[in-house]
Amino acid sequence: MTTLADPPATSQAPPTARARRAPGRPRRSRAGRTMKAGPLAYAILGVAVLFSAFPFYWTIVAASRSNADLASVPPALLLGPHLIRNFEAVLAEADIGKALLNSLIVSGSITLGTVLCCTLAGFAFAKLRFRGRGALLAVTVGMMMIPPQLGVIPLFMLIAELGWVNQLQAVILPGLVSAFGVFFMRQYLVQSLPDELIEAARVDGASTARIFWSIVVPIARPGMAVLGLLTFMAAWNDFFWPIVALSSSEPTVQVALRQLGGGYVQDQSVIMAGTLLGTLPVLLVFVLLGRQIVGGIMQGAVKG
Amino acid sequence: MTLTAPAEPATPPRTAPARRLRDRLSPYAYVAPFFTLFAAFGLFPLLYTAFVSLYRVELQTPGDMEWRGLGNYTALLADEFFWTALRNTFTIGVLSTVPQLVMALGLAHLLNYKLRARTFLRTAMLLPYATSVAAATLVFAQLFGRDFGLFNYVLGLVGIGPIDWQNGTLASQIAVSTIVIWRWTGYNALIYLAGMQSIPSELYEAAEMDGASRWRQFLHVTLPGLRPTILFTVVVSTIGATQLFGEPLLFEGSMSGGISHQYQTLGLYLYEQGWGFFHLGRAAAIAWVMFLLILVLVGANALVARRRNRKEAGR
Repeated sequence: MTTLADPPATSQAPPTARARRAPGRPRRSRAGRTMKAGPLAYAILGVAVLFSAFPFYWTIVAASRSNADLASVPPALLLGPHLIRNFEAVLAEADIGKALLNSLIVSGSITLGTVLCCTLAGFAFAKLRFRGRGALLAVTVGMMMIPPQLGVIPLFMLIAELGWVNQLQAVILPGLVSAFGVFFMRQYLVQSLPDELIEAARVDGASTARIFWSIVVPIARPGMAVLGLLTFMAAWNDFFWPIVALSSSEPTVQVALRQLGGGYVQDQSVIMAGTLLGTLPVLLVFVLLGRQIVGGIMQGAVKG
Repeated sequence: MTLTAPAEPATPPRTAPARRLRDRLSPYAYVAPFFTLFAAFGLFPLLYTAFVSLYRVELQTPGDMEWRGLGNYTALLADEFFWTALRNTFTIGVLSTVPQLVMALGLAHLLNYKLRARTFLRTAMLLPYATSVAAATLVFAQLFGRDFGLFNYVLGLVGIGPIDWQNGTLASQIAVSTIVIWRWTGYNALIYLAGMQSIPSELYEAAEMDGASRWRQFLHVTLPGLRPTILFTVVVSTIGATQLFGEPLLFEGSMSGGISHQYQTLGLYLYEQGWGFFHLGRAAAIAWVMFLLILVLVGANALVARRRNRKEAGR
């Protein structure tokens, strides 16, 4: 990461000025403080890591035990032999297989669509001049502050009108709206795409569409990847809208987890096995690409 | 609208007028996909909520809307559970946001030291962010179990409890807040860390020359430098806390947020009214109240921040 570390609150106002200064003078070289950490710092951080990781460990433990093990004192803290049996019970009771597939379809479509829509719009806001640009950008940024959940009732009436209740597109299409994504891609392109490159291509007679595909997209790729990761995780973990729009016959993983926890299943170890199944895919993404996700958050990701 | 007509130099003479027109219009093609979806699934529902809140609308027949004026709002104000939910939202919001941000600040400070395994530590802190509300809540609901939960077992070892984490008012609110704190502390620590890294080190050097201790440096260099970042996290966390929903819903699986609604938040109350009792109009009124609440809270934050800045400038 180079000079992208400011929070959005400050980076909103003067992005262009900052971007122009960036290539010549690496501002970060004198920024921040790098004092050596003592043993106490490591100890505190170690405890924090334990707190972060323990619930995951315990989920695996509980998922590998029988229900009787979990209802005993002292509680189980080591792995047991029942992991496979509990997975089978989950698959039998809540159709987690279908839920996983649905989640994959939903999150995959949302990720592809959002990245494409937001890169297109972000490029236009960063590099094209058109009437109303400032106003549209202001509306977009303003919407980032308003929680989308507040519109959930008319949205439900809308999809009911369209006959989409309990269909996956009811979750996918509203998921493509990401004001944050547009703003994120705009910031990325303002800083990483030199105007000269576009001007040169124009002089050579390239159309804007041509410029977009053969210049903007290759340069934007790292930003698109980070936005894609954040979008995928948010879509996979989304809870409120899917339980409103979908039912137990066409669930995403989160909707299925709610059924497990909501009383259909009384076996605690089976609930934990289901939780583990629902968490594994995104955990895998996180373990493989955690560094990029951390970088993306530090560039100023907004919740959601 | 400051950026109107294209400020490019005169176009080369060989460019045909048709092409110039296309260049003028093509930017709109790039923003069109986003704004079309945005209008249909973002802006329209948001604005229409206010309209719906003035009607009687039932979940089974969303097409039939019967004018009710402010009836949904007066019914809301007369419902004791609305006030319970409002109070719970506030207390759970404070219980979760304050410790979360304070701990995040401390962790960010430590993460800003020269560290071995820096990337590992940052990634590990963020791990809870990768879980869903649903998964995290189901796990914590078991850890908080009254009879066989791990927390009560550990507390029992030091002679406390057992605590009834589901039925006690304060206990259940602490439990719900713990889930929020667990999921978001690492995230906020990274945001703070990013802010700290953009504070120029000259400021620290100057403070050190003036003989400021590390603690004073933290108070007088780090905190002021982080002010915009802190405001940002406070606003985002406030909005998040106002809408808290999944944690109280799944903590024991009921829409009422406990037997006596002891941890029902406004978000959960909205869901109960709309999808439990089928009153979409009433639910829309709750959404609107939540929106006003967010406006007030965010406005208050901004006001405090601005007054601080002015005081700072006046010194």
